[in-house]
Amino acid sequence: MTTPAETTGNSEGTPAQPDETPVRGLWRQGVEVFCENRLALVGLAMFVVLAAVCFLGPLFYHTDQVHTDLAAVHLSPGTDGHPLGTDGVGYDQLGRLMLGGQTSIIVGLAAGILATVVGTVWGAIAGFAGGWVDAAMMRLVDAMMSIPSLFLFMLLAAIVTPSVSMLIVIIGAFAWLGPARLVRGEALSLRSREYIQAMRSMGGTGGRAVRRHIIPNAIGTVIVNATFQVADAILYVAYLSFLGLGVPPPAANWGGMLSDGLADTFSGHWWLLYPPGIAIILIVLAFNFIGDGLRDAFEVRLRRR
Amino acid sequence: MARYLIVRLGQALVIVVLVTIITFVILHLLPGGAARATLGKEATLEQLAAFDHEMGYDRPWIQQYVMYVQRLLHGDLGYSFQLNQSVTEAIGQRLPKTMVLSLLSTLLAIVVAIPLGVIQATRRNRWPDYTITSLSLLAYATPIFFLGLMMIILFSQVWPILPPEAPQGFTLGEVLADPAGLVLPTVTLAVVTVAVYSRYVRSSMVDNLNENYVRTARSKGLSEGRVVVLHTLRNGLFPVITLLGMYLPALFSGALVVESLFNFPGMGQLFWQAALKRDFPILLGVTLIISVATVFGALLADVLYAAVDPRVRLRRSAS
Repeated sequence: MTTPAETTGNSEGTPAQPDETPVRGLWRQGVEVFCENRLALVGLAMFVVLAAVCFLGPLFYHTDQVHTDLAAVHLSPGTDGHPLGTDGVGYDQLGRLMLGGQTSIIVGLAAGILATVVGTVWGAIAGFAGGWVDAAMMRLVDAMMSIPSLFLFMLLAAIVTPSVSMLIVIIGAFAWLGPARLVRGEALSLRSREYIQAMRSMGGTGGRAVRRHIIPNAIGTVIVNATFQVADAILYVAYLSFLGLGVPPPAANWGGMLSDGLADTFSGHWWLLYPPGIAIILIVLAFNFIGDGLRDAFEVRLRRR
Repeated sequence: MARYLIVRLGQALVIVVLVTIITFVILHLLPGGAARATLGKEATLEQLAAFDHEMGYDRPWIQQYVMYVQRLLHGDLGYSFQLNQSVTEAIGQRLPKTMVLSLLSTLLAIVVAIPLGVIQATRRNRWPDYTITSLSLLAYATPIFFLGLMMIILFSQVWPILPPEAPQGFTLGEVLADPAGLVLPTVTLAVVTVAVYSRYVRSSMVDNLNENYVRTARSKGLSEGRVVVLHTLRNGLFPVITLLGMYLPALFSGALVVESLFNFPGMGQLFWQAALKRDFPILLGVTLIISVATVFGALLADVLYAAVDPRVRLRRSAS
């Protein structure tokens, strides 16, 4: 399908205007606006730090997160080389936070990206096709959206035993509805534009319109939405764990650690409760800050154009 | 208006039919099918076959779906052998309690969110706006059960004025008889809702404050308070009515978590316990009912919006 002509010219996807700024310039403007937004940078820094601690930390801080040690349960922070103490089965809490963070971040990112990709393709096809195809595709989205997502996730988690990849599929398979609606709206307004009609009159296919014009034009909205999807996915993993349908041990995630910590609320083991809780809040905040910053960046980009 | 009502009702019914198809498909995707889901792990193959035959599950799919819908129309959502109760009865006992919890927390959220949103819009990009925005983001980023737990620690442990558990009772009356126990679940569920609503009120008010009619009102010499409350707020609040409908799925998801945390005897808790026991007749029944409630809640919000704002019904029935 890809002809050499398609890969040339970096200004495709924007209306042809004589005084048009090149695409790379627009991207650079977007990056500049993002960097001017202090909150967005803070969000990015929070994410980088949390991810570095979770993924690089275990290289320097070795703990056994597979075998339980019942001789060392509920140790207070600071004892026997456990800076954050140990949990109810003797896992080192700091090491567990790193391991749990890996799961939370991987599931959040993967589910967010999966949902965004599926939703974008679905919405672009529906919006571009129009007519009864659009109606049928979007009524299905409406129907699935009217089932509260947590009920749907739990129903599916009760059918299949959740593993990390299963969680990604379950959450990704139902979180794409929001992006689908967004992209469909964009596609509807884009498909009647002159440059797409011009492309079609020159013999371009509908698939080409979707791939080369509609998706690139909707990409700003989609990326902004994706960051919020990631934040939501991390929260959903936490809710599923709290409701007893998360990934079973020895795997861990912050939501599961937090809900395990709930049982220790009144026994004074604060190190089992607050660190995972704060970690979740920080990572979700980070993605919300990044999303807000990106939205400003893309909106300014559109305005200057 | 009548035309708009009929079109909107038709859309809602189409969505409900699609939802029944989704639950029907899930029912048959279950490992071992509907028979295994109803009769449980210990049932023998003969029992499964007998059940399939009795329920008509050995017939063609289309026929099965028609029978499924017929049963639904007769109010038959299946039977939970684990609760030894019909699904309709189990849901009927709990639905009113969840509705009361959702309604109370929505009312609380509206009462709190509207002033917050107005304050933000009138003091845009100054410290009250920034403070409320930050708190909203914080509320949004906190898992509801963690927030609820903080509430329990603060208000029933550190400063013991409220019970940590929701009122226990079989009927709605028994639950309502203990208002103190309802406070923490209601407030917990309302906090996130406030964050969402106030943000919406803020942007709606900001849009309206830039309109010409506001400039006219100001140039007539009206006081700023009069302009904001009497002129802008009325128009600014109309879109919030649709948000009430759109937010329902998230509200019910939140109620599921809150009910589980506070041990509130509603639909969410019923669903949660059924999920842990893999009680599929209950799971599918609750999913269906909660979705129908969402569809008709959204319908109600849309109709209400059209009723109060004539611009909407004119625009929509024209298109």
